[in-house]
Amino acid sequence: MNATYLVHSRPEILLACLGMALLMYGVFKGDRSFRTVSWIAVLGLVAAGCVLSAVSGPRALAFGSQFVLDGFALFMKWLVLIGSALAIVMSLAFNERERMARFEYPILILFATVGMLMMISANDLMSLYVGLELQSLSLYVIAAFNRDSTRSTEAGLKYFVLGALSSGMLLYGASLVYGFAGTTNFTALAALLDGSDGKAPGLGLLVGLVFVIAGLAFKISAVPFHMWTPDVYEGAPTPVTAFFAAAPKIAAMALTVRVLVGPFGELVHQWQQIVIFVSIASMILGALAAIWQTNIKRLLAYSSIGHVGFALVGLAAGTEAGVQGVAIYMAIYLVMNVGTFCCVLCMRQYGRAVEGIEDLAGLSKTQPMLALALAIFMFSMAGIPPLAGFFAKLYVFLAAVDAKLYGLAVIGLLTSVVAAFYYLRIIKLMYFDDAKESFERPVPGEIGVILVGSSLFILLFFAYPAPIIAGASAAAKVLFPG
Amino acid sequence: MLVEYLPILIFLGIAAGMALAAIGASYVVARQRPDSEKVSAYECGFDAFGDARRQFDVRFYLVAILFIIFDLEIAFLFPWAISLGQIGMFGFWSMIVFLAVLTVGFVYEWKKGALEWE
Repeated sequence: MNATYLVHSRPEILLACLGMALLMYGVFKGDRSFRTVSWIAVLGLVAAGCVLSAVSGPRALAFGSQFVLDGFALFMKWLVLIGSALAIVMSLAFNERERMARFEYPILILFATVGMLMMISANDLMSLYVGLELQSLSLYVIAAFNRDSTRSTEAGLKYFVLGALSSGMLLYGASLVYGFAGTTNFTALAALLDGSDGKAPGLGLLVGLVFVIAGLAFKISAVPFHMWTPDVYEGAPTPVTAFFAAAPKIAAMALTVRVLVGPFGELVHQWQQIVIFVSIASMILGALAAIWQTNIKRLLAYSSIGHVGFALVGLAAGTEAGVQGVAIYMAIYLVMNVGTFCCVLCMRQYGRAVEGIEDLAGLSKTQPMLALALAIFMFSMAGIPPLAGFFAKLYVFLAAVDAKLYGLAVIGLLTSVVAAFYYLRIIKLMYFDDAKESFERPVPGEIGVILVGSSLFILLFFAYPAPIIAGASAAAKVLFPG
Repeated sequence: MLVEYLPILIFLGIAAGMALAAIGASYVVARQRPDSEKVSAYECGFDAFGDARRQFDVRFYLVAILFIIFDLEIAFLFPWAISLGQIGMFGFWSMIVFLAVLTVGFVYEWKKGALEWE
């Protein structure tokens, strides 16, 4: 072990140390340090991003090849850092108004981020699990952060119980893989399974792989492991839901891609069927179940289930183009989600947050700018060109067609048409229904800035898509050497 | 491969059989003559004070969790102390970092008042 190993994990070390330092600062200063701690945490996340961008060179292994830093990890880590930083900024005004401005909030997000970065860089089933648990434990606490609200505590408890179940399944799968392969290391597993010894992988190993996939599907809330999502998204405080829908999902998706394409890449025909099934089921459920929702957070929960299904279309292709599609999808999904939740955070009447879809009626008359921003995000989520959401779907479907998964692509297109119904319904409510009570004004400054930024990104993506496309392409390339 | 696990299966079978036999025999062989005194909850000879399913203070939970954390710390410290000669400076500093992280958590809970009962 030498010190150069630490170089590759500098962002994680930085964030972990910062989290502990802020914990000490906050506990001695009390809850009035909420804003200071939050902004320092945001700065820390930005600094971690800078440290990350200073990393150059090819794939690097560290800590006894438990940890890998490559182009794929860099791209996904960037997304996670952006998602976490925005989540902290978005929570500032809400937490203060709802009297849950406690300094632990940004610190928990920091620790969750460390876990997510660890997940993305995992090169071993052990480090995968450690990262996943660090992330999950922080998220359980954050879900129940508004502890005086029954719904929030219920969300936290539900998330904890079901999350523990999924971790159990993942561990069971990992132990089966270890039992039948004799190693937990991804590099060693890939070498073992490359078929050079002419033997087919054992049945036990495949059972283990299925359990690992089940555990991961839980974390990305793909059907049939989605049950927790609507309840947790609805019950958790809105900024927490905004965080849940973005960064952890990206990290879990990155982890899924890495596990399936990396060590188990040679078993693509085995796991492809599972991913195709999960993808179709998620797209259909996401499209149909959302239609009857009356709560906007619940609707967005089903919408996120559907989006995970679309992203999995790219993974199901199992090709470089498919993984590139997943990376692009997650990047655009992150921006759409952040923007939409900023709109949801603006839904306040008489000093309290409202969450009914009906409350949006006639928003275009009372707050035209907010209505316009929400309309852009809804059109983008529905996948209407030329907005960014269209390109996200385009790349995954192209990859599916290239991989000759015509049925999957057709079902994907049909479900996205069905899903367009509930996105357009929100737009219809805002633009063609009679105005109701207007929301509180003014919109907090930082929320306004994020709203404008994310709307511009969605609107103008088609004009300058090169950075995201090139980044995703470089990310996908490292997973398919040779 | 699976044959090697046969002894374990036999062991499980025997264990389950023994347990079932012991419980079943007490129903079949022993005399069953319950009365209200016999079926009531036994609490050191006197009448039960209250229902067994009652709420208790969440602080017990906190103390239990704290106990587990520091118990685990000891569980890590023993093997570390025994093998300190072989693992060198890296092993030494790894544990010091771990203890430092634990101390941060300890200071936090102390300041938060988790150690005060009232």
